[in-house]
Amino acid sequence: MLIDKKHIGMKVPPHSVTPTAWQLKWFAKATGETNPIYFDDAAAAQAGLPGVLVPPTFFFCMDMDKDHPFDYLETMGCDLGKMLHGEQSFVYHKPVHAGEKLDFDGVITDIYDKKNGALQFVVKDVKVRRQGELVCDVHSVMVIRA
Amino acid sequence: MTKPNYDALNVGDAIPSFTTEPVSRLTLALYATGSGDHHPLHLDQDYVRSKGIPDVFAHGMLGMAYLGRLLTQWVPQAAIRSFGVRFTAITQVGERMVCTGKVVEKLEHAGEKCVRLELTCANEQGEAKHKADAVVALA
Repeated sequence: MLIDKKHIGMKVPPHSVTPTAWQLKWFAKATGETNPIYFDDAAAAQAGLPGVLVPPTFFFCMDMDKDHPFDYLETMGCDLGKMLHGEQSFVYHKPVHAGEKLDFDGVITDIYDKKNGALQFVVKDVKVRRQGELVCDVHSVMVIRA
Repeated sequence: MTKPNYDALNVGDAIPSFTTEPVSRLTLALYATGSGDHHPLHLDQDYVRSKGIPDVFAHGMLGMAYLGRLLTQWVPQAAIRSFGVRFTAITQVGERMVCTGKVVEKLEHAGEKCVRLELTCANEQGEAKHKADAVVALA
């Protein structure tokens, strides 16, 4: 069944995340990061940063950091078991550090299909703000297989 | 870190590449903790077999994180203007990820001198897992 395009423009329930040095330490370990500004408070302070630096792709992790990260697909009646991550992109405006509270405010910007509906695409664009200032745009394309 | 110089770079120039350690089950467990993504497809062999899939496989965003590291090893993170990836294939346990990038365009973007990079995360057999694109500001 094709997803109803009436959902284009739907707002995603907003959420807020404060990245922690603890989680960023594990992220750095998992991804083989060796630059201590990404996992060591003292090194970040020495580099003049207010906290360890949030790495480029961690904005996706924070966007997913909510009880039901794919709530918007559930609202559309999608089977999450048939979901794939198709594309992911970011536009960066300001650096972000551990301890800074971020607000995630998303909207569904497109829904389309290919191969006669065998693949459906749901596009979500999220504005990430710190105290009202835009720090990052997060653009995600999820694919739902028939 | 010596910052790359805009004038000295040409279209086609490669940026320093690296090859990761083989992606292990431990890597996936660590990434689950670091990312908060504990989907059983990446962690629980009993679950994936029940779905007819032979083994757990890597989070797509792990590969994008490797490509992010490729960028931040080349320039300070604050120089990255945009970064996007298309996921083209699944990364299996045991594969090493070969992360490479090259300059494909020199451009002015919002009054800044920038280069556009094409980045690839592939296995050692050359199968591309992720193809990415980034715009980086250079002095």
